[in-house]
Amino acid sequence: MSALLQAEGLDLRFGAVRALDGVAISIWPGEVVAIVGESGSGKSSLLRVLAGMQRADAGAVLYRDAAGATHSILDASDAALRRLMRSDWGFVHQNARDALRMEVSAGGNVGERLMAAGDRHYGHIRQVAAHWLERVEMDPARMDESPKNFSGGMQQRLQIARTLVTNPRLVFMDEPTGGLDVSVQARLLDLIRGLVADLGLAVLLVTHDIAAARLLAHRIVVMRHGQVVEEGLTDRVLDDPQHPYTQLLVSSVLAA
Amino acid sequence: MYVSVKGGETAIGHAHAWLAEARRGDTALPELSTAQIEQQLSLAVDRVMAEGACADRGLAALALKQARGDSTEAAFLLRAYRTTLPRFGYALPVDTGAMAIHRRISSTYKDLPGGQVLGPTFDYTHRLLDFALEAEGLPPPPPATEAAEEAGRMPQVTAILAQEGLMAPDLASHAEPPDITREPLAFPANRALRLQAMARGDEGFLLSLGYSTQRGYGNAHPFVGEIRMGEVRVEIEPPELGFAIDIGDIMVSECQMVNQFAGTAEAPPQFTRGYGLVVGQNERKAMAMSLVDRALRAPELGEAATAPAQSPEFVLYHCDNVESTGFVEHLKLPHYVDFQSELEKIRAIRARWFAERAP
Amino acid sequence: MTEIATTPRPLAGYNFGYLDEATKRMIRRALLKAVCIPGHQVPFGAREMPLPYGWGTGGIQVTSAVLGPSDVLKVIDQGADDTTNAVSIRRFFSRVAGVATTESTAEASIIQTRHRIPETPLREGQILVYQVPMPEPLFKLEPRVAESTKLHALADYGLMQVKLYEDIARQGEVGTSYNHPVMVNHRYLMSPSPIPAFDNPKMHMNAGLQLFGAGREKRIYAVPPYTDVRSLDFEDHPFKPVRAPHACAICGSAESYLDEVITDDAGGRMHVCSDTDYCASRPPLEDAP
Repeated sequence: MSALLQAEGLDLRFGAVRALDGVAISIWPGEVVAIVGESGSGKSSLLRVLAGMQRADAGAVLYRDAAGATHSILDASDAALRRLMRSDWGFVHQNARDALRMEVSAGGNVGERLMAAGDRHYGHIRQVAAHWLERVEMDPARMDESPKNFSGGMQQRLQIARTLVTNPRLVFMDEPTGGLDVSVQARLLDLIRGLVADLGLAVLLVTHDIAAARLLAHRIVVMRHGQVVEEGLTDRVLDDPQHPYTQLLVSSVLAA
Repeated sequence: MYVSVKGGETAIGHAHAWLAEARRGDTALPELSTAQIEQQLSLAVDRVMAEGACADRGLAALALKQARGDSTEAAFLLRAYRTTLPRFGYALPVDTGAMAIHRRISSTYKDLPGGQVLGPTFDYTHRLLDFALEAEGLPPPPPATEAAEEAGRMPQVTAILAQEGLMAPDLASHAEPPDITREPLAFPANRALRLQAMARGDEGFLLSLGYSTQRGYGNAHPFVGEIRMGEVRVEIEPPELGFAIDIGDIMVSECQMVNQFAGTAEAPPQFTRGYGLVVGQNERKAMAMSLVDRALRAPELGEAATAPAQSPEFVLYHCDNVESTGFVEHLKLPHYVDFQSELEKIRAIRARWFAERAP
Repeated sequence: MTEIATTPRPLAGYNFGYLDEATKRMIRRALLKAVCIPGHQVPFGAREMPLPYGWGTGGIQVTSAVLGPSDVLKVIDQGADDTTNAVSIRRFFSRVAGVATTESTAEASIIQTRHRIPETPLREGQILVYQVPMPEPLFKLEPRVAESTKLHALADYGLMQVKLYEDIARQGEVGTSYNHPVMVNHRYLMSPSPIPAFDNPKMHMNAGLQLFGAGREKRIYAVPPYTDVRSLDFEDHPFKPVRAPHACAICGSAESYLDEVITDDAGGRMHVCSDTDYCASRPPLEDAP
């Protein structure tokens, strides 16, 4: 079985700063890979490059779709990237407000991708939207409310519902629990874990939170100064870190 | 018997007759001549020429007379006339360095070669209404002694800065310039197109936007490097001749604003230019234009572009006052058919609203 | 009734139809491109005209480009031939082209219109020229032209469908009573111009050629004869043309689009056909007011 997404030799500079330095990463169907590191490690840049939102200076990113065709992401057209992001892929932003349409109702937000894909049955769209709101543990009766009335945690659940409605194969998540209360984070992580398991999603998750990585990820990739310093099965890397930096990361979590 | 409202033709006829009467005003007073308008209301004429995009003082004066002094209406008349004129070429870029100077000032240097030439400016007047001007038959003011200076002794400030490498030079080009009257504006719009649109844009709109950049909406710390106003030669190069010929002089106002720039990894810190050039004596417009030009350069210079003056679509789609007045004023046209649909719609929605709440 | 114009030769100093031939050629090229890609907005170098932007300069330029000496021109605004702006435009073409003009839809070869489609169906060979204020159907949802251009290129119209969804969720029905967007030839989302939603069905499979001119926004688009034109809706909330539920007080029509006329201070009102030619061509009711 070949990888869903495979990247090699990724380089990216911002002026004198090397955001990515020879980075390689792969993800297989149905697996969750966490990319961890401090701020400035390059993890967000990596996610953006993999999702086609930022062009790398060098390297290759290849995506294999359901039909087995390979797409080169770094030189894909705007149109091709938009199509991917609308169907096969999903992107969960750290800040739900960046992804939601705040002037559109919750139901409209969830239904948008269905409508963009050609669904023209109002009743059906509402049915699917209600289903997904329940899946993310929200009350479907609030479907017609504006997201402005929702708490941060609820807006994030709404964003997740909006992303999953077209059954994407690969979901990019950028600090999905960042900026939320600790208890809210815990419930959200639980939700994500359940959804990922049920739907067999492949997830590329960027986080600085080691505990979240341990809870959700099969594999973990540790980044520092734009380079991958260690990677492997989550339990192995976190229980038996080899690289001094990983040891530092893991020990700081235990101490806290 | 219901008679539907007819007689649109007659109404228009009457309206035109009343308009002609209002335009002439009190017939006991002498009629204003276009020559008087051209001479004694010359700044109004200059504004109409600039916004009408047609450098002809006589026509602009006529337009003002016909428009009863409404400068936007006059600019519209001039634009419509311009549409009928054949276009047989484009001029070479005018050399403002060789301008016959009427006015030349710089706020970046206390003194410079050629000096500060104030010219015929309101700048240092005291804004006190001069009731002496109400009288007629006054003796004309004595001629000013300051003659137009020769250009050779007046290097441009931006050239002085460029000598030291402090100002990014603008490259000369002999390519045919884009023409927004032939091809519609498309985005991204390059600088030549942006300047062209602003040169004929509404002075008030550009003034407000320029002002906004000074108040924090896209602030770039401007200094007036140089303002020049005077006559420049207009030259064309007919293909049959293969060399340039001089077809006349026009008055222009030019403003070069000097702004800061932090530099990038590839380019060292330098001053950057905001540029304004307008036909006629239109200094306020040239200055405003140069502020907005600099604001619109934000993306090219790697700066965040969040303010209205920094949005090319916002600035360029709304700066043409002939377009804006047309669309704003079109609201006066009958819209009753659409309004009828709205009436039916709101009645239906209200019926449903009340029905849902009926006990 | 066809009347021969009183100025048989065009105004001295102006080309036939006002625009010079090079400009007409430019507009015709844009029109040809528009006809080849139904519903797609084609940018064109719109000129300043002697009437203001927003008052029909786009329609006038299209008419000027297709008008010939043997054409018969009808101009309507709000469905009527004698509203002031229709009069003004018809007069303009009389002066600069000297063509025959008419108030009869059946006798016209070119009909320039603002905000209505005539009730009398068009024949093959007739041209309907629409005056368009805002050619971009998405402009209220996405004012940036650079972005809406991309959406059209990608046929990405989810945004508009979401807007319709929101209307139904909020008020039980679609909110656009006029300028209701249509899908043309199964590909391009198009603004039909501010015609009442009632008129939308007339665009579908029309025997005539429909041309759209937006002067201020500098766009031309077209719907060739017998083209599929569908108003955006949902399968379970289909598009419904809406008209006042009355009959015309003059001719009795229960099918045509009606104007509501206020007759007195006490709220008295009556309804008459908006299309004055259609109304006049039918026998008046015995008890017509």
